[in-house]
Amino acid sequence: MTGEPLLSVEDLAVRFDTEDGVVHAVDGISYTVDRGQVLGLVGESGSGKSVSSMSLMGLTAGRRTTIEGRVMFEGRDLLTLPGSEVRAIRGGAISMIFQDPLSSLHPFYTIGRQLIEGVRAHQDGVSKKAARERAIEMLGLVGIPDPRGRVDAYPHEFSGGMRQRVMIAMALVNEPKLLIADEPTTALDVTVQAQILALIKRLNEELDMAVILITHDLGVVAEIADEVAVMYAGRIVEQAKPEALFEAPEHPYTWGLLRSIPRLDTPRDQELVPVAGRPPSLINRPSGCHFHTRCPYVREAHRRIDPPLEPVALGQEDHVVRCLLPHETRLELWRSLESGADAAAAGRAAGTEVTEIKA
Amino acid sequence: MGVLLLIISAITFLIFYALPSTDPAQLRAGRSGSPELIASIRHNLGLDKPIYVQYYRYVKGIVLHFDFGFSYQTDAPVRQQIVDRLPATISLTVGAVILWLTLAFPVGIVSAVKRRSLVDRAAMGGALLAISAPVYWLGLVALYLFSNDIGQFKIFDGAGTYVPISQNVGTWFSSLLLPWMVLAASFAAFYARLLRSSLTEVLHEDYIRTARAKGLSERTVILRHGVRAAILPLVTVLGLDIGILLGGAILTESVFNIPGIGRLAYDAIKASDYATIQGTVLFGAFFIIVANLIVDIAYAVVDPRVRY
Amino acid sequence: MTADRQTPLIEVRDLVKHFPIRSGFLDRGKGGVVHAVDGVSFDVMQGETLGLVGESGCGKSTTARLITRLLDPTSGSIRFDGRDIAQLSRKELKPLRRDMQMIFQDPYSSLNPRKTVGSIISEPFLIHGMEKDDAKRRKLVEELMDQVGLNPEHYNRRPHEFSGGQRQRIGVARAIALKPKVVVADEPVSALDVSIQAQILNLLRELQRDLGLTIIFIAHDLSVVRHMCDRIAVMYLGKIVELADADALYGHPRHPYTGALLSSVPVPDPVLARERKQTVLGGDVPSPANPPKACRFHTRCPKAVDGTCDVDEPQLEVKEGGNIAACHFPLADAEVAAAVPTSEV
Repeated sequence: MTGEPLLSVEDLAVRFDTEDGVVHAVDGISYTVDRGQVLGLVGESGSGKSVSSMSLMGLTAGRRTTIEGRVMFEGRDLLTLPGSEVRAIRGGAISMIFQDPLSSLHPFYTIGRQLIEGVRAHQDGVSKKAARERAIEMLGLVGIPDPRGRVDAYPHEFSGGMRQRVMIAMALVNEPKLLIADEPTTALDVTVQAQILALIKRLNEELDMAVILITHDLGVVAEIADEVAVMYAGRIVEQAKPEALFEAPEHPYTWGLLRSIPRLDTPRDQELVPVAGRPPSLINRPSGCHFHTRCPYVREAHRRIDPPLEPVALGQEDHVVRCLLPHETRLELWRSLESGADAAAAGRAAGTEVTEIKA
Repeated sequence: MGVLLLIISAITFLIFYALPSTDPAQLRAGRSGSPELIASIRHNLGLDKPIYVQYYRYVKGIVLHFDFGFSYQTDAPVRQQIVDRLPATISLTVGAVILWLTLAFPVGIVSAVKRRSLVDRAAMGGALLAISAPVYWLGLVALYLFSNDIGQFKIFDGAGTYVPISQNVGTWFSSLLLPWMVLAASFAAFYARLLRSSLTEVLHEDYIRTARAKGLSERTVILRHGVRAAILPLVTVLGLDIGILLGGAILTESVFNIPGIGRLAYDAIKASDYATIQGTVLFGAFFIIVANLIVDIAYAVVDPRVRY
Repeated sequence: MTADRQTPLIEVRDLVKHFPIRSGFLDRGKGGVVHAVDGVSFDVMQGETLGLVGESGCGKSTTARLITRLLDPTSGSIRFDGRDIAQLSRKELKPLRRDMQMIFQDPYSSLNPRKTVGSIISEPFLIHGMEKDDAKRRKLVEELMDQVGLNPEHYNRRPHEFSGGQRQRIGVARAIALKPKVVVADEPVSALDVSIQAQILNLLRELQRDLGLTIIFIAHDLSVVRHMCDRIAVMYLGKIVELADADALYGHPRHPYTGALLSSVPVPDPVLARERKQTVLGGDVPSPANPPKACRFHTRCPKAVDGTCDVDEPQLEVKEGGNIAACHFPLADAEVAAAVPTSEV
């Protein structure tokens, strides 16, 4: 990969003005996506993972929404482009698919019509017939059997997995350079999830299409991402290549996520350790490190100082973390935690104090 | 459908025949009718038979001959009366429907899209007024203000100027303008509010987000994707409203003295002309039932998920 | 209570539930049936956690609702504590409800938003006419709240004041209030965020240990089921295709469907994800209204043999390693090792 990244998000912030106060949904995040790269954005509900990517395309705009920062795509800032030019990019060079394919397709129109509409919105002077051929071609590409016979069917006539394929076909009609997939497999059965992930990976490789994959499922990310960013309370708290992130995670929240899920590749009786407490309010955010209210390794200073996102260590510029603990302490803690120690024991081993967090 | 009409006819029959406030025969005989005269009228009309016989005859007449009996007042066949009055009612209804839909759609859409804006608040406030205003009051006020005869601003034709479309299209049109507006006012307001709430809901649907994500223009998103889905609840109400109005817009027709079915029913009620009342009620019921069927069909046309 | 895991507490035999398909008024009568549960037999042992897994439409939730008699079975028997409860009337079922409780998936919709938490958890006592003394009942409820990790001081709060995880704790407290013998948990964590899931799973395990509960645990997430269950029944289109101890099922699945399920689960380990050979099934789960003939899995099965699997329905029988599976061509160890991340062969 050479030269400019395809997409470069710089200090993106999204705030919603509500009756209860200002919700800081996205709080200054930056990342880049290269051509053909798969970036996984991982987080729980309220982490800002969906809002941040919808905002790239102006889909969160509203009178009570403030969006700041820069979103550079092919040399242009999507946040300052006039509406008509943003629309030309939406569904054109950048397209999206969503979690629930049934509710995301218009129930009253045939899928063919919905695909054709997408083609003709972006390609001037394409005849209806040519657009229809394009639609059929795309349905075939995503693995819909008998695309010519199915093109005039309505969304409710398809199964869940097939509907998500239709959504993907719709996203592909204008040869996007970037696909934003927002929890694309969460509503699907596990065997169908495997199909859809394999399809996204195949399209990523064959069409050299970059993908931002938004998910809460660490397993899904590990399957297909080239780069993973973990989000918490509207920020990226850790970002790395998946090998590094899963092998040597450095943020206590990432540890929490990894240790709270049962997984097939660890012993069956491995204890689950939930992240204590609950996600913070995005209106009255915690002072200092936003994770300090749930972090067992919190020190007094962490309640005051807001850590920047910086490389975990010198020479490891592609693994960044937002944590005030020393690098060596973090490594030591994770080593103990991974071998089954609880937070208290890990803290002792790493020589750092441990605070008990109330649920 | 037949069963439903039978039940409705039985109920109205019971109400008007079995529990009469005024004896129809007496009415017919006049103030000075002798008991003999009344008795003979009763016999002629078949009112001396037991009620089930009367009812049987009535239903038999309708089923076999599409015969609704004769008006007690004028002796004219009820069927003929209704058929004569139908064009006026249809004229009033169709015109009003077109008018209120052309008003309601733009207002409802703009209100939904610019929710909580000044335009929206003004439109919805006005709509509330229009819904709250009783149609006969609105009619009288309109006549008082705008009619050619008694109005303060002589703009529109006044009451009682209706002529059939076959006679003179221009007069027909101008005479109906004011009634159309009066009748459409509250409906337009109601439909605008209905569309606003339905469209507001639809605009939060995932498929609207998809349409935007496809890069469609906002206009296409709202009109082709939003409104298309939002009209579903309007279809139901519109069908019923048309059915009801075809059965007779009693108040509007009375205020503007339009010789429609509503006016016919109103006159018949005043004169205790039960045969005619019965006929208009059945006609009204018939229209509502037909409208219901059409609504079901329209539903399937609008929403492919209903087809099977 | 002795939790010996040897004595069956519930014995389900040939359980069938067909739902009539509602059809339009034009073709009334000829509508078919959905074979939601189609001849399912299994035992639930005293004190164990039995898992029911499968994808949407496999009948796992229907089975749960049949066992708790929230639905009436079409046919078959359910023996609970030695007594057939499949055909009991509503009235006869009432005492049974004390011994069997359910926890539902959605902690948002299964709690009455107008009631306080205290009165929600008190409900079972009132329904069954127990603990009529208000003060005593309140004390019990507060103990329950403490037991499931809720602050008893929040007795008078309403559900919307709680987070998703806490609401599920309320659901758990209500379920264990009457000290039931069995708790049926239907997707209890699938609506929760990952970091919260673990709290509820740990709570359920703790309660089982402390109260000697028998749990029927229904989920689509195979990792969660593996963590929670002693034995697992895998369902596909209304039938059990494989039944085995957790270690056997995950270590050496025999039914190709179980193998494919395990192979499809994404593992949070990029190295393993790259190395293993995934078995990705084609197509979708067929409609339970019109299930395939003979072996219902033959239309998607990578090992299906024409002339056998589509004509001859395999029966559940003991396969190599002790798994009970319904398959003519069970997976061999080599196939398992290549595709299943949990394989122990």
